[in-house]
Amino acid sequence: MSVSDPGFARQVTLQIDERSIDVPEGSTILEACRALAVDTPTLCYLENLTPVNACRVCVVELEGSRTLVPACSRKVEGGMKIKTDSERVRTSRKMVLEFLGSSVDVSLVSDFSRQMQRYGSNPKRYGDAAKPALAGTRDGAVAGHHHASDGQTASTVAQPVKIDNELYVRDYSKCILCYKCVEACGTDAQNTFAIAVAGRGFDARISTEFAVELPDSACVYCGNCIGVCPTGALMFSSEYEMRDAGTWDENKQVSADTICSYCGVGCTLTVHAQDNKIVKVTSPADQDVTHGHLCIKGRFGWQFVQQRDPSVLDGLANGPVVLDDVEVPAPA
Amino acid sequence: MDLHYTQATETPHERAAVDAVLGPADSTWSTGDRRAETESHSAHAGHAARSQRDRLLPALHAVARRIGWISEGALNYISRRLTIPPAEAYGVASFYALFAFEPRPKTVVHVCEDLACKAVGSDALIAELERTAGPGEPQCGGASMWLRSPCLGLCERAPAGLLTVAGDEPHDEPLEFVTALRVAAALEGKRDFGFAPTQPPQHGDPSLRLLRRVGTVDPASLDAYRAAGGFRALRRAFDIGALGVLREMTASKLMGRGGAAFPTGRKWEAVAREPERPHFIVCNADESEPGTFKDRIIMESDPFALIEAMTIAALAATCDFGYIYIRGEYPLATRRIEHALEAARAHGMLGDDIMGRGLRFDIELRRGAGAYICGEETSLFNSLEGYRGEPRNKPPFPVQKGLFRKPTIVNNVETLINVPDIVLHGGDAYAAIGVADSTGTKLFCVCGNVAKPGVYEVAFGATLRELIELAGGVAAGHRVQAVLLGGAAGAFATPDELDAPLTFAGMRAIKATLGSGVIMVFDETVDLEAMLVRIAAFFRDESCGQCVPCRVGTVRQQELLARLAARRLHGSPDEERSLLAEIGQVMRDASICGLGQTASSAVESALAKLNLFSSAVPVDERTPV
Ligand SMILES: Cc1cc2nc3c(=O)[nH]c(=O)nc-3n(C[C@H](O)[C@H](O)[C@H](O)COP(=O)(O)O)c2cc1C
Ligand code: SF4
Ligand code: SF4
Ligand code: SF4
Ligand code: FES
Ligand code: FES
Repeated sequence: MSVSDPGFARQVTLQIDERSIDVPEGSTILEACRALAVDTPTLCYLENLTPVNACRVCVVELEGSRTLVPACSRKVEGGMKIKTDSERVRTSRKMVLEFLGSSVDVSLVSDFSRQMQRYGSNPKRYGDAAKPALAGTRDGAVAGHHHASDGQTASTVAQPVKIDNELYVRDYSKCILCYKCVEACGTDAQNTFAIAVAGRGFDARISTEFAVELPDSACVYCGNCIGVCPTGALMFSSEYEMRDAGTWDENKQVSADTICSYCGVGCTLTVHAQDNKIVKVTSPADQDVTHGHLCIKGRFGWQFVQQRDPSVLDGLANGPVVLDDVEVPAPA
Repeated sequence: MDLHYTQATETPHERAAVDAVLGPADSTWSTGDRRAETESHSAHAGHAARSQRDRLLPALHAVARRIGWISEGALNYISRRLTIPPAEAYGVASFYALFAFEPRPKTVVHVCEDLACKAVGSDALIAELERTAGPGEPQCGGASMWLRSPCLGLCERAPAGLLTVAGDEPHDEPLEFVTALRVAAALEGKRDFGFAPTQPPQHGDPSLRLLRRVGTVDPASLDAYRAAGGFRALRRAFDIGALGVLREMTASKLMGRGGAAFPTGRKWEAVAREPERPHFIVCNADESEPGTFKDRIIMESDPFALIEAMTIAALAATCDFGYIYIRGEYPLATRRIEHALEAARAHGMLGDDIMGRGLRFDIELRRGAGAYICGEETSLFNSLEGYRGEPRNKPPFPVQKGLFRKPTIVNNVETLINVPDIVLHGGDAYAAIGVADSTGTKLFCVCGNVAKPGVYEVAFGATLRELIELAGGVAAGHRVQAVLLGGAAGAFATPDELDAPLTFAGMRAIKATLGSGVIMVFDETVDLEAMLVRIAAFFRDESCGQCVPCRVGTVRQQELLARLAARRLHGSPDEERSLLAEIGQVMRDASICGLGQTASSAVESALAKLNLFSSAVPVDERTPV
């Protein structure tokens, strides 16, 4: 009998908010919460990545534990007694949301404002936002040497958008440091290791070596980091430009799945279009082949297809589209 | 692994510095000879190079010590040699305060701006340096510079400094009783200010156990150590065997002295039981808690005792290899330990057949590079392995998956030097010293406004007042205003609480902690509000940044204390205080590690016990001036 076989997995019984539940051994508390339809906020957790449990918005109270525990990564044990809505849990979630809401541009994080409302977060308590950093200042921050603030304004991570290639932009004013892009670029998917966390404390940031521009880095423009970024900090240039121009409108967008035809792997592409133009390509996270991850051809090849033959879009409303095998030029 | 590098290349100097620690490159693939212009992907350097990842920190140190800073080319060369993606290597290097990535002068004087030094007037020193020697910030040039530093672990000789001079023959030395004149002289090229370990204040007291050799026995001589009774405990350990040692350790009820007070015998037994191999023992000598300097004094003055203790641990828990991870700001202790390791190897006290009894064990010294968090045990493992010093999730615990994910004993320096006497005289004899829940003797770092600051050894049970009196008390005409126990992560005691016994239970009763044994005394001249502002700034600087409660919470706490101290609030005093309490609560409840969990403890205890910030009013309610 194999434990990893879901059909035979041993069941573990625990209590969540005084309700008893059986889940397979090896599940996380989050999975148990979801099985009971307990609404649990998450930010740094993603099904297809190794949990880093860094954001702490998912914490729950575990009887017998001095501190709260992260639901997303803590494995269930028989007899656990968990509270998901105690005063301590509510305060911690409220504060985590408030800390992020007051230091990061969270305007594009899905569900964020609802969760803030739910927990009564008020990011305004810390005062007006401090002036954004000049380009390069946060990249040059030295560990252990912050400029002590007088507290009259609230420190933030605001800084200019990094636009250094044609395919995607990096707006680290929106970065909550969830580590997802680093994982996607590293061993969890891409194995390119173009980006890592640099610096320390509030000055910690996602960076290439010496903060060189992407075209000088190891980046191969697979876009997998964009695919996992929960905040819009990493964004397709197409989307960024349309948002900038005020033309981005998700209500007007349609999407359809197709199989990428660039090579024989058979990745599923979800093609999103607005006003008869492809605006981005993603891949479903639950897809067996890709787990949501693609390469530059699947992710960005459409730009060249579209330029060459706009008629590929005609089929979009009715079903799958086929992206021909075209040469994808190296991004500048 | 197929890695990409930028075009920047190393200078011959940088290459020589790296080769000095990694050995000469043996293939043109990894030397960087294959340049980015022709081929920017290097080939597989194979498993041998990858498994050298833990050499990253030593290689970075080598460049920093030779050149003064780490260039893109130097980082590329190190990354190539070790097959580390350069973005990752940069992520690791930029974690540490002692490394710079822009040209930096070769001569740097680090001046402590932390609590014990502030208590004896370092604010005036720093203000004078700002006037005469530049801002003390990282971004300045010139031939030499001074820089602010967190506690340098020299609090008994405050104000403290550290001189680092990069070059072909790098030079590091601690500076005691720093004045602006001394700093100016160092910046102008003077060296050798004559720092030498001194005898501890209790020198000659026959009841000293842990400190009995300090200042008495030549720390550079293995023979002197042996003549003073050294290595007799190791001989006995061989005689009673691993199980015998474990029995004595458990009977001693020795609790870890690094802050968490975990029973040492249980830790050793757990590792001894683990079937997975190899086992490691790591001595945690990162000592960076503000106000703590006891481990430094031991390492400077009694280094062989540490080696003997670690060897006994290796025997008891079948550890194959040991590491001492020492903070990067301890140059003298580093040299003394290095020397002692060499001497021990030369005398067969480390190596393939220790004392001719068939034990194979050796110890390597590794230096940190300016990061308080690397004293947290799992963060220490990551740092030593060549990763960012971010704490790991527990469970799994170090005894199961520690260094290199193998079963590992990690112990504080002071914990370990208790071991030889326990083995020699038996665990029961040891447990008879002190009190029931706190056995043995304890080192206290008494500093701040006392006549004779220094490390003191007393049996558990002595009161706070007795310790302060032992250190000569506060100066005549002055009185104790407050005492910070356990360092920045500790808590305050009031003058009413001086009769509390310094035991684990006694400290709990006054909502304080022994922590690392800091007793920092502040007389009535000290601005305690400024101390709290500094504590908050310390945690803001030292948070690793991994989790939101601590990364942002330490910033919000620092900002709020700055508002309170300046009496310029955003809301009513009650609103600001309840906000501070909530910031403290989320850090304590939801942070990943002990740093965030204790970052609010001193602040909270001060607000609860001491009457601070009383007249703080919101900005808009103040009478206009
Ligand atoms: C932020 C932080 C810093 C720490 N720094 C040190 C240190 O410098 N030295 C030390 O021995 N333990 C330090 N510790 C405690 C270690 O994690 C660990 O508990 C200790 O080394 C175990 O040794 P012991 O059992 O001998 O006390 C620190 C813990 C935290 C959370
Ligand atoms: S696009 Fe791909 S290679 Fe480039 S940083 Fe993102 S994940 Fe890494
Ligand atoms: S850029 Fe996006 S994915 Fe990367 S750490 Fe920031 S928020 Fe997370
Ligand atoms: S509590 Fe602070 S130091 Fe510890 S992991 Fe979180 S951010 Fe890092
Ligand atoms: S979602 Fe669990 S810690 Fe971030
Ligand atoms: S050396 Fe200055 S506070 Fe410790």
